[in-house]
Amino acid sequence: MLSVDRISKSFRGLKAVSQASFDVPAGSIVALIGPNGAGKTTCFNMIAGVFPPDSGRILFQDSPIQHLRPDQVCVAGIGRTFQIVKPFAGLSVLDNVMVGGFLKEKTVSGARKISMEILGKLHLESKADLPASSLTLPDRKRLEVARALATRPRLLLLDEVMAGLRPTECDLIVQVFRELNRSDGLTILLIEHVMRAVMALAQDVVVLHHGEIIARGAPAAVVRDPAVLECYLGEETEV
Amino acid sequence: MPLDLVVNVTIAGVLTGMVYGLMALGLSVIFGVVRVVNFAHGEMMTIAMYAAVALFTLWGVDPFLAAIPVGAAFFALGYLMQAGLINPFITRPEHSQFMLMVAVALIMVNGMLMAFGPDARNVQIGYQLESWELGKILFDKPRVYAAAMALATSGLLFLFFKATLVGKAIRACADNYLGARVVGLNVKHLYALTFGLGSACVAIAGCMMILLVDVTPNLGPSYTLLAFIIVIVGGLGSMTGALLGGVLIGLSEALAGLFIQPSAKSMFGFGLLILVLLFRPQGLMGKKS
Amino acid sequence: MTPRSRILLALLGAFLLALPWVVNPYLLSVATLILYLAYTGQAWNVMMGFAGQLSLGHSLYVGVGAYVSAAIFFHYGIGPWAGMWLSIALCVAIGAAIGFLAFRFGISGVYFALLTIAFSEFFRIGFDHLQWTGGSGGLFLKVAQRDQIDLANFRGPPAMYYYAILSLTVSALIFCSFLLKSKAGYYWQAIREDEEAAQALGINTFRWKMLAVVISSAMTAVAGVFFAFYYNNLFPEQIFHISRSIEIILGPIIGGVGTLFGPILGAAVLTILADGITEILGALGWEIPGIKQVFYGIVMLLVIMFLPHGIWPPLARKFGLGK
Repeated sequence: MLSVDRISKSFRGLKAVSQASFDVPAGSIVALIGPNGAGKTTCFNMIAGVFPPDSGRILFQDSPIQHLRPDQVCVAGIGRTFQIVKPFAGLSVLDNVMVGGFLKEKTVSGARKISMEILGKLHLESKADLPASSLTLPDRKRLEVARALATRPRLLLLDEVMAGLRPTECDLIVQVFRELNRSDGLTILLIEHVMRAVMALAQDVVVLHHGEIIARGAPAAVVRDPAVLECYLGEETEV
Repeated sequence: MPLDLVVNVTIAGVLTGMVYGLMALGLSVIFGVVRVVNFAHGEMMTIAMYAAVALFTLWGVDPFLAAIPVGAAFFALGYLMQAGLINPFITRPEHSQFMLMVAVALIMVNGMLMAFGPDARNVQIGYQLESWELGKILFDKPRVYAAAMALATSGLLFLFFKATLVGKAIRACADNYLGARVVGLNVKHLYALTFGLGSACVAIAGCMMILLVDVTPNLGPSYTLLAFIIVIVGGLGSMTGALLGGVLIGLSEALAGLFIQPSAKSMFGFGLLILVLLFRPQGLMGKKS
Repeated sequence: MTPRSRILLALLGAFLLALPWVVNPYLLSVATLILYLAYTGQAWNVMMGFAGQLSLGHSLYVGVGAYVSAAIFFHYGIGPWAGMWLSIALCVAIGAAIGFLAFRFGISGVYFALLTIAFSEFFRIGFDHLQWTGGSGGLFLKVAQRDQIDLANFRGPPAMYYYAILSLTVSALIFCSFLLKSKAGYYWQAIREDEEAAQALGINTFRWKMLAVVISSAMTAVAGVFFAFYYNNLFPEQIFHISRSIEIILGPIIGGVGTLFGPILGAAVLTILADGITEILGALGWEIPGIKQVFYGIVMLLVIMFLPHGIWPPLARKFGLGK
């Protein structure tokens, strides 16, 4: 579904991403991991249209999207969440999701209907009329996901959704994603540091280090790859 | 167009521009550090002008001397305004602060109208009409004195920020609010200090300005806009930019008044502002944020 | 809407409809002024309260709207109903230009406000030199005959003007209420809260901000047309002046930016209080120019400091009314 083809990005001479290539097959869940500063969020931002790659292409369902604006990327079918959540604080939870819903729904009632459905899937329906600013962090993260889902994406980009969540909360949200992937066929690309979530969710893991892809494969294999361990822990590590 | 006329107008423009520059410097310092858009800046300048008129009319004080007490008074006023009124707004959204100062400006302009009436006031100093001559080139004495004072004050301000401990502390606050607090700087006090300094600059500029033009209450908004034009054209946060911008605006106003209709000269300033906002928002000397 | 607010609204409506029969001419003119400010404030509110763009140069649209319709009536005898469309077209063009320049070049917040001021000042000085509209000397229309109603040329007794501005304000209210509840309302609020997040949800923020600007300038243009044919004399120094722009925003700021009833409430409260104070002072023998504006400034200051969301939200909460 998503094909990233040798993208590179430099910021004022510092190469953040270098010739990165990976595929995200339809219906799969792929995790993008790597130490801090590896270039993961930069990749995400390029896919999401925040800025274009200096070179390379990004293909979504066989169409190039590397030069699209963020809103055009969303219209094309890619939803995203932000590492630091950005709720519309002055609006209610339901209204937040409805903003997303209006992308595909033409009427207010239609948007409201699917928004309530999605809130239900994320176990937030009881809080629909509360102001978004009153939510706790885990709930805000779920709201962020609900809002992105309301745009009916084919591919969902999750940027460190688990950060700051307790293990039980993390497990809950993993369940939700698993369910969405299974029943709705939602393709997911996630950046994660929380290995618990990566191991539980991802079918495929891509490892970035200093802007380059150094490993790719099933979670269990990647976690034991010496190159991967080296980049996280430094050289000469015994497993 | 005779050349000596153009030269004289140019010189007058540059000299006036330096006083503009001092006024804008005050705004630049305030905005650069405290990040308050002081929409009452021109009104403060106008009040200073009236203060100079009052001191002259009542006790015959030369505006240059008046600059000292007026400057000190405005320093205190500025400090109090920041400490009492504006400080609580630091965490509020930007346009909230802005509207606060719009309200203050409204009160100031009409307060002046109530107190002094709409007629123009001025000072009549002995040396007001004198000038030095270099052939056909004229240097108006009041203009030269005013420009010199403006430069001197600016120089002092530069020195303050570069050399003194307090000055450096203020620059630290400007660079990093949170960091400054973490290090233990009393940021609110420093902000108030900065506003006081900016106000003092404006006050001194006002005392200089009264030698060059008559004062009416609605000069306030005009000067506010002018100060913003200069600061934006020169570059926000850059002190040299403010001075340079002032000279540039003073010069272009003078020349526009000469070559185009005098009443249209401020149109030039606004046109320049629009162009700068669009194409080089960081101004001539500002850093791209 | 709660039943309570429905009743209140009905009562208010009845009162407003009956007003010309109940009050003296002076109060009628005050009511007309309140409604004019309420309408213009509501128009400004679309741009600020809905799309979050602070315009301090809205007098530009009032001025252009007024001058265009007045000038073609003055020179060619074309009535305001037709002239209005030309006014709207021009104001939309100017608004679109300002919006385009601002949004394409990423100018927002304070810089945007300064840009709007610069444009309105530019036009003020420009119109001062435009001889076709009378220059700085002003443009004068023949004052209306009080006894006949000439609807085609919008001339008639003061009551006619009152009903005209009343219908305009009510239509604006209905229109804005409709907008707020629609997709546009949701999108604008999203853009206002967090533009980046809005974009990530597929919202073309440029297009929607432009829409708010266009609607706002069109509505304000109509206010200008009303102004021209009600007051009958136009001076660039007055109509384009920045204090006009500030007057326009006082209602919404005091009443509550972004709310539906805020601008109207703010305009009413402010005008009544201001006029009341000038009356009292006049009765005491103090005729001080500028005191009204000082009063405006103080009220604005107090509201910004203590009631940043305006006086409507707490009132609405207390009395259980809607938004």
